[in-house]
Amino acid sequence: MKAAAFAWSRPAGLEQAVLALQDTDARAMAGGQSLGPMLNLRATRPATVVPLIDLADLHGVEETGDAITLGAATTHAAIADGRTPDFGLPGPVLARIAAGIAYRAIRTRGTIGGSLCHADPAADWLTTLTALSATVLTTQRALPLDQFITGPYRTALLPGEIVRAVRIPRPPVGARFGYSKLCRKPGEFAHAMVAVLISGETRIVIGAVGGPPVVLSHPDEITTALDFLDPVDRHLQTVAMRRALAEAGQEAGL
Amino acid sequence: MTYSRNPATPEGIGTSVTRVEDDRYLRGRGLYVADQRPAGTQDLAFVRSPLAHARVLGIRKPPGAEDRVFTAADLAGVLPIVANSALPGFKPSVQHALATDRARYVGEAVAVCVAPTRAEAEDLAEQVALDLEELPAVSDMLAGRRADAPQLHAHWGDNVFLETRVDLGDPAARDGAPIVIRRTLRTARQHMAPIEGRGLVATWDTRLSQLVLHTSTQMPHIVRTGLAGCLGLPEEAVRVVAPDMGGGFGYKGILLPEEVVAGFLARHLGHPVRWIEDRRESLTGNANCREHHYDLIAYADHTGRLLALDCEATVDAGAYSIYPFSACLEAAQVASILPGPYDFGAFRCTTWSVATNKPPILPYRGVARSGVAYAMETMMDAIAEACGMEPDAVRLRNLVPPEAMPFDNITRKHFDSGDYPQALRRAVATIDLPAIRARQAQETGTLRTGVGLAIFCEQGAHGTSVYAGWGIPMVPGWEQAAARITPDGGLELRVGVHSHGQGLETTLAQVAHEILGIPIARMRVVHGDTALTPYSTGTWGSRCMVVAGGAVASACTELARRIGHIGAHLLQVDPAEIVVAAGEVRGPHGSVAITEVARTWYLRPQDLPDDVDPGGLELTAGYKALRDSGTFSYAAHACTVSVDTESGAVRVLDYAVCEDGGVLVNPMIVDGQIIGGVAQGIGTALYEEMAFDAAGQPSAATLADYALPGAMEVPVLRIDHMATPSPYTRFGQKGIGEGGAIGPPAAIANAVNDALRPLGVRVDQLPITAHRVVAAILTAGRAA
Repeated sequence: MKAAAFAWSRPAGLEQAVLALQDTDARAMAGGQSLGPMLNLRATRPATVVPLIDLADLHGVEETGDAITLGAATTHAAIADGRTPDFGLPGPVLARIAAGIAYRAIRTRGTIGGSLCHADPAADWLTTLTALSATVLTTQRALPLDQFITGPYRTALLPGEIVRAVRIPRPPVGARFGYSKLCRKPGEFAHAMVAVLISGETRIVIGAVGGPPVVLSHPDEITTALDFLDPVDRHLQTVAMRRALAEAGQEAGL
Repeated sequence: MTYSRNPATPEGIGTSVTRVEDDRYLRGRGLYVADQRPAGTQDLAFVRSPLAHARVLGIRKPPGAEDRVFTAADLAGVLPIVANSALPGFKPSVQHALATDRARYVGEAVAVCVAPTRAEAEDLAEQVALDLEELPAVSDMLAGRRADAPQLHAHWGDNVFLETRVDLGDPAARDGAPIVIRRTLRTARQHMAPIEGRGLVATWDTRLSQLVLHTSTQMPHIVRTGLAGCLGLPEEAVRVVAPDMGGGFGYKGILLPEEVVAGFLARHLGHPVRWIEDRRESLTGNANCREHHYDLIAYADHTGRLLALDCEATVDAGAYSIYPFSACLEAAQVASILPGPYDFGAFRCTTWSVATNKPPILPYRGVARSGVAYAMETMMDAIAEACGMEPDAVRLRNLVPPEAMPFDNITRKHFDSGDYPQALRRAVATIDLPAIRARQAQETGTLRTGVGLAIFCEQGAHGTSVYAGWGIPMVPGWEQAAARITPDGGLELRVGVHSHGQGLETTLAQVAHEILGIPIARMRVVHGDTALTPYSTGTWGSRCMVVAGGAVASACTELARRIGHIGAHLLQVDPAEIVVAAGEVRGPHGSVAITEVARTWYLRPQDLPDDVDPGGLELTAGYKALRDSGTFSYAAHACTVSVDTESGAVRVLDYAVCEDGGVLVNPMIVDGQIIGGVAQGIGTALYEEMAFDAAGQPSAATLADYALPGAMEVPVLRIDHMATPSPYTRFGQKGIGEGGAIGPPAAIANAVNDALRPLGVRVDQLPITAHRVVAAILTAGRAA
């Protein structure tokens, strides 16, 4: 399990990174916690790997009255440790999600931008930030997350396009967040994952379904929306949804 | 036969001496195979079959790299691995080090590539073109038994390595039994997962005309015998060295095709070659184990008495018979150990070792026993339920009582000593069964508590009398140890077993200390090198403390006699008047230190008595237990679990073990063995599963796919010891290395099913994953 040979092309700045990633045989690395194993398994074999982690433009956070914007290279650990701004819905939401991602070693290296670009259907950020209606800010445009994710492990990123940050709008006052995931054991990939945001309207996001997150506006929709899953997986997602809703203070009635 | 602590030996038997080896292990100063890279070494990468069953039509080497890629055709003179058994009807397989005309599992080595680094060797490997014709695969053992199944081995006529049948006791015991219970159970194929995988560095020593193979093995001498046979070399032309190892658990108790290939290449190429197994190779192609299927019928009366047991057991043995344990390792044992610690009247058992297109199954800690205990203990709980009895009551009704010891059971296993009912009562008291029942009676929600028991006995350290009948390539005989006093009074012990987590460098020194009184700090336990140690079948079967401990005691006892003889001369007293203890020779009026005796033998021979033993202070001694049918340690496991009936999640809340390993040489190390074993047993019960699809493709290629229990999944155990000495071993010690792993699947499965009982639901397959729990509940819900 050794990676095939690749060039390591460390960019001096964002423009150089953009240039390097114009090459469709180049891959960006922003933490390497998924890409690293994939390289070693030779499941992906780029000619060039472009590390983005040291680019100043991808770091930094910004909190305004209506949003929190996190640099793409912000690590899960920084968020989990409360070193970045957060929402209270009512408790800290982002820190709690980050703390539940894999294991500490992975959180120390893995980044929020890297996770979104990897677009693993079972990734915590994908589900959570879809529930929070986040927008991905790239070097070229601003894309709502549900347009950014186009399929399992697929995004709308164009050659040379780099995610700079993710902008998470501040939910309305009184909004409540709920989250539940079911794993074989803590830190493992989830086999059911649901994030819920209740703020006048209900937004239910179901992850770990093998593709992009499934968004519902009412719990009753789950049976039809997940008809492509086997009964056990659908049941487990329903349990996760019920628990996420209960946490957000709403009974599912299922 | 009781053994009382000797105050003159503060580091002797029964003391929890800190492990000598931990200093280097914990400081990262161990020396492992992968730490070695002699000058000129090149790495190997194997080209492995991507198909479970295929005819090999051709192998195309990358142009320009023909001299760095080797196939079976290039291995001139190399013989296949054949592990026969003398059991009637056994069909041997022929396992070529590199596949010749046919590949029989995904991951089977087909070619090997040599390059300066592993990465470059892998580059070469992916350029090797395999021309394969896919054949229908046998991916399931039950399907493999069917008459229309594709066949793995030509001329066999079927896929059965071995079928065994026993019919013991009075068949009439079944007649009119008021309770007849049937169960079908299944355990998963597992991956044994030592932190360090296999690995080797092979060098041809031109000075000695000798192949030197550094390899991560539990059995260096057996590997040498098998390897020399495959390479056509005399055994003196092969030296096997096993350095520090990051665990073994049985995976390192076999001869690997990779060892044969590397041995050939080192000699052929004239430079060292190295192969360090990666986790993907280990998971998908090599380290597979367990996988049983049971059809069981228990006959009982209303008092909970088991009258008879019938079993049809199928074991998925994989594609080849492994050296030296053979392909019937598990199934043949099922037939002899299924009755467990119970006494009942009639037993019928048929077993099949089935060849499938999967990696060969290898011995894993608690070989066959974890599945067998799961089967037997499931039936005990079923009887308890049918009789309206508590699970401990039904077991107490059937356990062999202490007054019957030693006891020959229905399959003629000779239980050496013990009090099984007491162990069960103590474990049940620890978890407080009445309190759990009271809690269960209050439960109405989705979180349910369950309690589960398991009791089993574990044959360990079994020797010639057991293995001679089996007739596999290896039969353990007299175990030997070499002991040598150094000129300054230190002690070197050389043993053919290997220590890789068991703490033998400490416990064997404790045995020597018990006899000679030399401080452990002045001892070195040398192991893992065929050039330095007496022949041994190695470390397996919970045998080391009994057989190597016995051999060290024999050697030290004879050393003590020789030391005493010289010491008596120095003290000018009759040898009959002296005692060797606490590092000195004591006479009626004075003493002389062993260091002084040593100095006299080596440096001042002019002061020795005329009738001194010319063998001096160095000798090899042998040992065999008074009866080598095995020690029978035993344990009762009792646990409490919670089952989330919505999500299917199972949590182990409390876990108690009451075990009897006879006289414990180092109780702390025994606790460690139990803790580690239970952790692995929890994996068997709840997490670990090496699944294959219908085409024989493994579904887990990394540890992200194959779940192992971690710190969060293993509760703090409550361990209780009994210490009934074995009447047959040197100090009354028994083998305890595997027991921890045997009980958990049975205890945890019983606990989960106890929790699910109010729902009328049962899970009869391991591991008990959330999916299986939920599927059982949903199925029952639909049926209702």
